[in-house]
Amino acid sequence: MTYLDHAATTPMLPEVLAAMTEQLGRVGNASSLHASGRAARRSAEQARERLAEALGARPSEVLFTGGGTESDNLAVKGLFWARRDADSRRRRIVVSPAEHHAVLDSVEWLAKHDGADITWLSVEPTGRITPEALRAALGDGDDVALASVMWANNEIGTVSDLAALAEVAHAVGVPLHTDAVQAVGQVPVDFTASGVDALTMTGHKLGGPMGAGVLLLRRDAECTPLLHGGGQERDVRSGTLDVAAIVGLQVATSTAVRTREERAVRVSALRDRLVAGVMAQVPDVQLNGAPLDDVVAGGPGRLPGNAHLSFPGAEGDALLMLLDARGVECSTGSACSAGVARPSHVLLAVGADADRARSSLRFSFGHTSTDADVDAVLDVIGPVVERARRAGLGRR
Amino acid sequence: MRLLAAMSGGVDSAVAAALAVDAGHDVTGVHLALSPDRQTLRSGARGCCSVEDAHDARRVADELGIPFYVWDLAERFTEDVVDDFVAEYAAGRTPNPCLRCNEKIKFAAVLDRAQALGFDAVVTGHHARLADGQLRRSVDPAKDQSYVLAVLTAEQLAGAVFPLGSMTKQRVREIAAERGFAVATKADSHDICFIPDGDTRGFLSRRLGEQPGPVVDAATGATVGEHGGTYGFTVGQRRGLGVAVGDSRPRYVLGIEPVTRTVTIGTAEQAGVTEVRTARPTWTGPVPRLPFHAEVQLRAHGTPVPCTVSAADDGGLVLRLGSEQRGVAPGQSAVLYAADVERGDLVLGQGTVVSAGHPVPA
Repeated sequence: MTYLDHAATTPMLPEVLAAMTEQLGRVGNASSLHASGRAARRSAEQARERLAEALGARPSEVLFTGGGTESDNLAVKGLFWARRDADSRRRRIVVSPAEHHAVLDSVEWLAKHDGADITWLSVEPTGRITPEALRAALGDGDDVALASVMWANNEIGTVSDLAALAEVAHAVGVPLHTDAVQAVGQVPVDFTASGVDALTMTGHKLGGPMGAGVLLLRRDAECTPLLHGGGQERDVRSGTLDVAAIVGLQVATSTAVRTREERAVRVSALRDRLVAGVMAQVPDVQLNGAPLDDVVAGGPGRLPGNAHLSFPGAEGDALLMLLDARGVECSTGSACSAGVARPSHVLLAVGADADRARSSLRFSFGHTSTDADVDAVLDVIGPVVERARRAGLGRR
Repeated sequence: MRLLAAMSGGVDSAVAAALAVDAGHDVTGVHLALSPDRQTLRSGARGCCSVEDAHDARRVADELGIPFYVWDLAERFTEDVVDDFVAEYAAGRTPNPCLRCNEKIKFAAVLDRAQALGFDAVVTGHHARLADGQLRRSVDPAKDQSYVLAVLTAEQLAGAVFPLGSMTKQRVREIAAERGFAVATKADSHDICFIPDGDTRGFLSRRLGEQPGPVVDAATGATVGEHGGTYGFTVGQRRGLGVAVGDSRPRYVLGIEPVTRTVTIGTAEQAGVTEVRTARPTWTGPVPRLPFHAEVQLRAHGTPVPCTVSAADDGGLVLRLGSEQRGVAPGQSAVLYAADVERGDLVLGQGTVVSAGHPVPA
């Protein structure tokens, strides 16, 4: 099997499995005062410190959550509520239309149910949000509750310069949240150096467990909780700590950050060979997002493991099915829970037409990817595209 | 064979897919998203029936260990089935949308795409038998769906597999239960899938608006009532006419005239017909030599009637019925069967009813 869907989820690292298995055999609530509780708390707090170190944050800025979606919801809603409650004029949310649905749907929920006004940022054709675009959208910032811009796009892999964006936001006193789920472990991410106020990450995109995420939240950022209860995590996120998941998340993150440079070199070479090979067989294929060698703020302008391609005249879901039948696993981008393929909102946001958006595939490489994976795709892609084109569209 | 199993989320298509897997075929499941309201499909992630059906279908596919995909055919379904349904009613006819869906969607759009993608045939949970290219009624007469499949041509049938035709519905449910499918006890669907509340007249009035017109008594030519739209009526209909005629004998809809919006009603004697004319027929196999004797079924779940089939000048068929029938509605399909006591009734073909009445004396 050829697994090229690391942006969806990644195989668990052996050291994560070992660390979690050890924890799962233990008893102890990290909030308890006895010896078992203290042992659990020690493991969780040690993980918090190591995680903070890997991400350039302080331990007190690490809030453990149930994953990326929860962290995005908590940041967007929590910052909105806190900022609006402090000053009722702050009802505007400045956000990119290419965000993950965890951000988009949170923002739209606030607009529908809680009086928020949405200002959509203009997106570069590469998918990048520029400081100029953010500055224009923020205005004097008086009426803005927060801005949210993802660090790296989950579909097309485009990286934005969050440090520059944070500077623009702070110049008018607006807090900035970033969804860095795809960025951590792929590109350099330093929370403090970036200046962002809140940062979402999750474990399973970098070799850790599902259901374990983090919101990095600056000490001075007011955030209203979604979950009320025992007052864990600075009173912002109540709930008994899942120590095994937290330890797994930390081991995965520390490993991914430590091995990032070496892996980026290896993975981007695989990705580049795949794209070149596909282009040789399907000359009219289109690369979506930033150029493969793009640079932003001195680092990669595109996730090293991301190849997002449109195959004119073929439907993404037909391509996916044909590749799946030949043992190649990739993605068409977003599908709703009913599984109906829809044109990617990200591609539409960067100006692609619906046909281009519908004809796309994402191949995403990660820590287990090899040359054999590239070969497996290149062995079948030509006939697969040809067949999918013959199948045409389910429409006239 | 490489087979594409169309999985609606119901028990029949689940068992059909399972039997195809058991038979050793390479099976891939596909759920057809047909709801014209795309938004429902996404917002429906929070609880609409089509999403539930997709989930049920996916559960079965996962249990069978076969790949599963959702194909979005909403656009074609809306054009070819829903819009056609509304247009037919607007023209005073009574369409059968399930037949149209088989003709245009399942064994056209889906089959074409499946074959282009490398599949040999489409498997469905229809209750009908198909062997050696011959389409026959199901062994379960109460569940037989050959009527809505009779429109398929030999070419379409060559790309179809119906694993359920030789078993009863009860046996289908038993198999589902033996395999632990959660859909084993799921209720049968009876309604038109795009009118889930079953209120066809309400659906048509939302699409076509109020179109009042007269209800006329055929015997006297007198207007005996008013109606809100001819689409609320079907030829042969007895209940819900909303009129009172002098005597107490039952009245039936005899005809619908969409231009003047006139619904004509009459007595049982006036409603009887002995000759049916159809549009150009389709045949499930070789074109039979006309004229010939057959049995004709004039509506879904109708009782077959002996008839003589001959050619009309316009390329359609003339069916002389062996006994007088009521309620032969234009737009319905007249499905021809060859009675075969040994092997079960063979479906020969069908023609859409254009008119019904009595033979014109020579």
